[in-house]
Amino acid sequence: MSGRYAIVAGDPAAVLAQHRALVTKPWKQRAADIGGPVAMVAMLVFSIWWLDISLGQIGPGLGALCEFIGLMFPPSTGGHLRLFLTAMAETLSIAFLGTLVAAGLAIPLALLAAENTSPNRILRFLVRRLLDVIRGVDTLIWALVFVAVVGLGPFAGILAIAVSDTGALGKLFSEGIEATRARERETVAASGGTALMGMRFGLVPQVLPIIAGQVLYFFESNTRSATIIGIVGAGGIGLQLSEQIRTYDFDQVAFIVLLILAAVAAIDWISGKLRFAIIGRRQP
Amino acid sequence: MSTGLPVLPEQRLSQLLAHYRGDLARRRLQSLAILGCLVVLVALAGRWGEVEPGKLLHHLSGLTSYFGRIMPTLRADHLTGDIADWYWNFFGWLKLLFDTVLIAYLATFVGMTGAGILACLGAANLAPNGAVRWGVKRLFEFCRTVPDLVFALLFVSAFGLGPLPGVFAIGIHSFGTLGKLYVEAIENIDMNPVEGVRSVGGRFVDAVRFAALPQVLPNLASYTLLRFEINVRASSIVGFVGAGGIGQDLFVAIRKFYYTDVSAILLMIIVTVSIIDVLTERIRHRLAPVEIVA
Repeated sequence: MSGRYAIVAGDPAAVLAQHRALVTKPWKQRAADIGGPVAMVAMLVFSIWWLDISLGQIGPGLGALCEFIGLMFPPSTGGHLRLFLTAMAETLSIAFLGTLVAAGLAIPLALLAAENTSPNRILRFLVRRLLDVIRGVDTLIWALVFVAVVGLGPFAGILAIAVSDTGALGKLFSEGIEATRARERETVAASGGTALMGMRFGLVPQVLPIIAGQVLYFFESNTRSATIIGIVGAGGIGLQLSEQIRTYDFDQVAFIVLLILAAVAAIDWISGKLRFAIIGRRQP
Repeated sequence: MSTGLPVLPEQRLSQLLAHYRGDLARRRLQSLAILGCLVVLVALAGRWGEVEPGKLLHHLSGLTSYFGRIMPTLRADHLTGDIADWYWNFFGWLKLLFDTVLIAYLATFVGMTGAGILACLGAANLAPNGAVRWGVKRLFEFCRTVPDLVFALLFVSAFGLGPLPGVFAIGIHSFGTLGKLYVEAIENIDMNPVEGVRSVGGRFVDAVRFAALPQVLPNLASYTLLRFEINVRASSIVGFVGAGGIGQDLFVAIRKFYYTDVSAILLMIIVTVSIIDVLTERIRHRLAPVEIVA
């Protein structure tokens, strides 16, 4: 009656004793299995104590939050539909112009930063570090700085997005340029073309789809960033949003959030289609 | 002796040339059309975005002088004194930076816990119920589309100033992004162990614990660490709206034109973020050999 895989119905303790080696782990593994979670929880408790977070704050806070959410329905324009739509157009403008300027600034920097096009090693090193520093500072910090320099308004937002994206796009473009084949440029040079012609006919056709795809992708993500830079005064829908939250007009807050979600979804859809058309079936 | 190119007959050549010219003209027209669209969009955006080229020129000098002014004056003969002047509040800022990192830790913990539980309900191969799965996925989507700063603003109104709203705001955003990544990781597991556990009478919880979790744990840990890196950046910002951390001091320094403080705090943030990036990247490479594209 016993097949090959029959389970012996017997004393479980005996079975366990026989196959002890299969179920025990080395003590090191065991210590890590128990110690890891314990350390994480200890860190959690320490953080709560260090940051002086009183858990009693959570209850009333949640109560207030529920009240806010109750006030959000139904969402209403509060008679400011025109104002909100203008602000949304401003936000989209900030994202669009910021991305465009960033792409314009990033291309020459990327040519200087890429290994195969950079004229000089020292220059290349310096440009790379410059891009690193720009990327290390968040868009919102740039927005705050530009508000301090050029004053409140969407212009500061455009500059903030343009600068902070120059860092990111410059790095991505230079990687794209480094990934190109040298053969095309060599061909142009071999048939008597100048360096400039080599760029135009050997390099540009290879990197243009990559660059266009990345620029569109950044436009998508900048639409999201542009909604929040208004909170520090750099124009767009964020300013309206923070004002409505501060005055506790939560039905209008809900309307603005829905407006943002709709705009972001629309931009994602359009830019997704365009990216698809440019780079074909390849996913970024 | 020359290996000349074969010359095509005149008629064939002109035919090909005409074809080539037509092709070229079409491509040019296409490029022009794209350029035209772009120009129209730029003009529209420029109008809505209140761009005035004159203003840019006017502010250009202000821009360069601003970056000149935030640089500290460091003289070779008074170097220690100058650095002490520049970093007059070094230990205060260090404490705030530590707060910032802890806020990021707590937020990651909140997001990880929530996402870990709900991801099992949202994964197509484990979910006990289609409706629950749909709801969970929409919840993740909502939480990651609303910017964390918007949550922070709301929570500061609800919970009051301090690190708590920051933790919840970043935590909810992490919940949304981690949830999506977790669901994808779980949907890619080998289903045999799950069926094994179910076949011997295991419940949903048993299947998750003994069949799914061991397969995905390295991946999940890696995603979570990556999220922690991102959260450290986010938590240095939420202070702008009063949600704790170094952001508050940076905000005040920029707003009140304490020029050298701005560069001092920015430098400290950049250094801290890079140190954390390097550390977590090491751990991540040990956990999962594959590079993750977030």
